[in-house]
Formats: sequence, C-alpha cells, structure tokens
Amino acid sequence: MNLVVFFVVAVVAVASALALVLRRNPIHGALFLVVNLGCVAVLYLLLSAEFLALAQVIIYAGAIMVLFVFAIMVLIPGKEETGPDPLRPQRLLALPLGAVLLLEIALILKSSVFQAAQPVAPPPALPAGAGGIETVGRLLLRDYLFPFEVTSVLLLAALVGVLALAKRKAG
Amino acid sequence: MMRDVLAAFVLLNVVVLIVTYLTYVERKFAARMQSRIGPYRVGRPHGWLQPIADAIKLLIKEDIVPALADRPVYNLAPIVFLLPSLLIFATIPFAPGLGLADLNIGILFFLAVSSLEIVGLFMGGWGSNNKYALLSAMRAVNQIISYEVPFVVTALIPVLLAGSLKLSTIVQAQEGLWFVAYPVIGQLAFVAFIVATIASENRVPFDILEAESELVAGFRVEYSGMKFALIQLAEYTHMFGVSCLGALLFLGGWLGPGLPGWAWFLLKALFIFLLVTWVRWSFVRIRVDQILGLSWKVLLPATLVLLMATGFWVALGGGHVA
Repeated sequence: MNLVVFFVVAVVAVASALALVLRRNPIHGALFLVVNLGCVAVLYLLLSAEFLALAQVIIYAGAIMVLFVFAIMVLIPGKEETGPDPLRPQRLLALPLGAVLLLEIALILKSSVFQAAQPVAPPPALPAGAGGIETVGRLLLRDYLFPFEVTSVLLLAALVGVLALAKRKAG
Repeated sequence: MMRDVLAAFVLLNVVVLIVTYLTYVERKFAARMQSRIGPYRVGRPHGWLQPIADAIKLLIKEDIVPALADRPVYNLAPIVFLLPSLLIFATIPFAPGLGLADLNIGILFFLAVSSLEIVGLFMGGWGSNNKYALLSAMRAVNQIISYEVPFVVTALIPVLLAGSLKLSTIVQAQEGLWFVAYPVIGQLAFVAFIVATIASENRVPFDILEAESELVAGFRVEYSGMKFALIQLAEYTHMFGVSCLGALLFLGGWLGPGLPGWAWFLLKALFIFLLVTWVRWSFVRIRVDQILGLSWKVLLPATLVLLMATGFWVALGGGHVA
C-alpha cells in the first residue's frame, strides 16, 4: 500500500517538477510547483514526519507559493517584452554545467560515504512518534533551544533589514 | 479499507447536504433581519425545496468559457477551490468517536489544508483573463495572507489551554468550562477568532475581493453554471468548516446536556455561522487599506499579546496540561 502510494506520488512529483521547468507560462510553472510541493509533503507523511509534512503545506504550498504567484503576476512581462531572450548566450553554458553537476552527483553516490553505509546493518527502527509534533517540539525547544532562538533572531533581523531597505528606496 | 471509503462517502454527502441547506438558512435569516419572508414559493412549508431548485437550475445552465481564458487553469480552479474545503472535514470530530480521522495534529491539518484554498481562488482569478477577476485575486491574496496569521494565533490559544493539537482532546479539556468562558482570555480570543474567521471567509465587512459595486463579482465573475455552483459550494463549505472549528475550539464541541453530542455540535456550529451572517448583514464593507491595517496593526499584536498571556497563565498552572 505504502509502496504504491510512494510510486504514484513520486511520479507525479517528478512530472510536475519537469513541467515546472518546461512550461513557458510562468503562472503554470508556479502552479506545478504547488503540485510538486504537495507531493513532497505526502512523501514526508509516508516517512511519518507529520509535522514536517504539514509545515511544508502551510509554509511552502500555502504562503510562499502565494507570494511567488503574486510576484509573477505583478512582474509578468507583457507581450512586447517576450521577444528574443537577452540572456540567450547563458543557455549554451547550461548544458555543460548541468553535465558537470550530474557527474558530481554520480561520483558522490559511488563514493565511500554511500558504499560504506550499505553493508552495515539497517538503521535502528525509529521510536514510536519520532516524526510527531511532540518529538519535534522537544528537540526544538529543549535540546536545540539555543540554535532555534538564534535562528529566529536572525530571521527577525532579516525582516527588519528588508523593511529598512524598502523604506529607504521609497523615501 | 472499504469501510473507510464508505465512511468518507457518507460524510461528504452529509456535509454537502448541510452546506446546501446553510444557504437556505442564511437567506431566511437575512430576510428576517430585513423584515422580509425570504424564499417561500418552492416547496411547502416555507420554501424548503429552494436549495434543491437552485442546484438544479445551476446544473442545467449553459457553461460559458471566455474565449481568451487560460482554459486548463480556468476549468480546474473550481475543483482546486472546493477540494481543501471538503478535506477539512476529514479531521473534525462530530461527537466522541464520530469522525473520519481524529488526527494527533488535527488542528494543524485543518490550518494547512484550508491555507491551500487561496491557490484555487487565485487560479480562478487568473484563468478568467478578466481584469475584475484579476484585481479580486490580488486583493484576495493580500487579505488572506494577512488574516491567516492572526487566525492561526487565535486558534493556538485553545491549543495552549488544552495542551493538545488533537481536536477531540481540546473538546474534552472543556468538560468543566468552555474555553469561551475562560475569564478575559476566552472572550477576547473568541472575538479575535470571529474577526479572523469573517476575514478568512471573505464576507462583509471584509469582502473587498467580491465587492459587487467595484469588481462586479470578483474572481468568479466569468463562471457560470456548475462551475459557479462549485465555487459557491466551496465558499459555504469553508464557512461551515470554520464554524465547526470555532465550535470545537471555543464552544466545547459536542459537550452539552440532554441532546446527543452531534446535535450539540451542529447547533454550536450553526450558532457561529449565524453570528457571522449577522455581522454580514449589519455592517458595510471597509476599504482595502483599512482591512490590511486592521490585521497587521491591531489584530496581530493583540492576538500575540493574548497568546503570551495564555502562555503565562498555563505556565502558572492554569489550563489542562497533564
């Protein structure tokens, strides 16, 4: 059952990711990204990481995507601007760079890190409710409280910084 | 497996039936407020067949797609809009043990799924290729993003008090005292919840994305026939879902003397629905900037302070944390 769900969702995820890259229409691309993020959320659920899955839906598929689509809608080029792509030469670079990246991934997968892990016994079974919200909450607010708080301050600083920059431009 | 599918099928149909009749309740209620009679002719007594007649009328209407519409997006939008509102009901416990899946993280599921609604709304506004629809979609994005934050924060207050994200546990924690009756915290949180609810439902006074005097009918202006019906159904389903959530979080869900649990639950949900309807038919629409200002400058700080106060209260030994 889980395997069937996994394959269906994985196929949809890959297909929507491809569609995201290949579609010309940026809005369609953004909507495919929503599908893709939703599929990833389902994959998290299959790994019994409930909190991660729902956070993914709330933050990425919901809020961030909406901002994305909003930005595209406001910035979308009119018909007269969709002429020849000024960045066309960049496309020539894309293929070799992509090939290099693929090669790197292949090398990493073949490297000792993954090879060594295989003969070792399968990882110990996760304790019940490992991905559940209680575990996540304990880890975040007890074991990793300091990094967690520092990150939140960092995000706040970024927020204030963006506001300050935007204000200066407007004024 | 078969049983689950069957249960889901029954639940969906019951929800859709209730929602269909909510339109009737609203029309009758609004009519009473305005010293009218409301729908009366179709079915005796009191025009009780009106919603069915409306549905049949919409079913047999012509389906018009604008020539320049973004067809796949336009056609999918009503479905994408409806799905999250129906999914909400998967986790709602109507009575002890009466519900599809009483998830450990029920309320998070509710918030996550209902945040997807905006995608369908946006698709409708964009796909129609109509300036009114597009303006409406932009306003919707502004408003929904702004009000989702205070909505989530107010929904967290009962979670704090009950010490659980599971909806049935939240209800059980209200055995002695409904959360709305908690001194000060409860009432303020309930008021904030209702305000955020109205905004998330896009109803007057927060219906700038529909604003018939400026935007004709907002993002659904190009839709006709069954697609229009689906959008309408989605809106009312969402309203019913959020009313159910309010009943669970603040009004003690199925708790109550005499009547069976589900009856209490539906009555409380109906009460919240009527409260919102009452506001709808009593106030005027407010401006976009006022709506956003109200959310970011008043509601958000107020609910955050309230959440902190609740946290202190729970830390001092109030609440129901085991």
